[in-house]
Amino acid sequence: MQIIQPHYHAIARTAQDYERMAMSGVVAVAEPAFWAGFDRLYPETFIDYFRQISEFEPTRAAQYGIRHYCWVAVNPKEAENPTLTREVLKHFPEFFAKPTVLGVGETGLHKSTKNECESLEAHVELAMKHGQLVLIHTPHLADKAHGTKKVLEVLAGMKVDPERIWIDHVEEQTIRPCLDAGYWVGFTLYPITKCSPKRAVDMLEKYGTERILVNSSADWGPSDPFTLQECILEFRRRGHSLQEAINVFHNNPCRFLGQNPKFDIQPIRIETLVEASK
Amino acid sequence: MLSPDQVIEAYFLEARHQLLEIAALLDRHDAAVAREGRGASPAGAAKLAVLKEAIATLADDRPAPERTVALLELFARV
Repeated sequence: MQIIQPHYHAIARTAQDYERMAMSGVVAVAEPAFWAGFDRLYPETFIDYFRQISEFEPTRAAQYGIRHYCWVAVNPKEAENPTLTREVLKHFPEFFAKPTVLGVGETGLHKSTKNECESLEAHVELAMKHGQLVLIHTPHLADKAHGTKKVLEVLAGMKVDPERIWIDHVEEQTIRPCLDAGYWVGFTLYPITKCSPKRAVDMLEKYGTERILVNSSADWGPSDPFTLQECILEFRRRGHSLQEAINVFHNNPCRFLGQNPKFDIQPIRIETLVEASK
Repeated sequence: MLSPDQVIEAYFLEARHQLLEIAALLDRHDAAVAREGRGASPAGAAKLAVLKEAIATLADDRPAPERTVALLELFARV
């Protein structure tokens, strides 16, 4: 089955991950800009990072037949340096012009500070001004409910098109208000710290499959790109059809990401061939 | 050997994850009951009862030096 990893930090992963993902049906990944594990000091460091994910990484993925797309942002963990954020934001338009950049992300909140909220607002405003998609990170663990509520408050005060905004890392306590407000949501599957494959399928069964993306994120921390395939297996084991699986794990990413014409992978419909003699 | 704080620090997230999986299992069961309009078979109900007894055993603050043994003996019933 063909699969799209809509949120995947490829620079933190090995070529073997690409190879195994390709063997398991992954045809495309989208790589948001994220935290490097330490706070970067210079705008130029971000520029080179954006070059890495928009110029070099697509060539690495292509060796395994995987299409690679990316997003640009200053991660919320680095938003406490507003001067740096402003300097980096000035360079976004040149990346919006690149053939595999899909929009602004992952912006969002970490501790929901004033600087983080201002950075989120500046990111979203710039994205809307340039007609870009937006990927928003919500905090993990104890800060999740409060941070997600704050993200929704910030967005509610802005002129945005909810269908072009994806609020990521939702869990059981945060999914409903995000869907009710008209946004796309993402489940992020991690071995321990975020959503699990089984809980993701529970939410798909409870809330339906519209405007929902499932991803493994897979970064330099304890993570596993194949939690996505675990989720697909769990979904199928519960009796959901192959077409339903394709709708969630391939077609939904096509629908959201395809709002940017650079993402030209089309949704798939399974057709059963019946012999003429029957 | 780990200190009490080191034990909590080292295993908290893992335990959180495992408890969330159990919570999700119980929610999944309740949703299935609501969807199908009937509960589990007697054998299934017995397993569910043992799971809930195990959860109660873990939540009991009275000294229980061998919780793992207690749960293994409990699970041996079904």
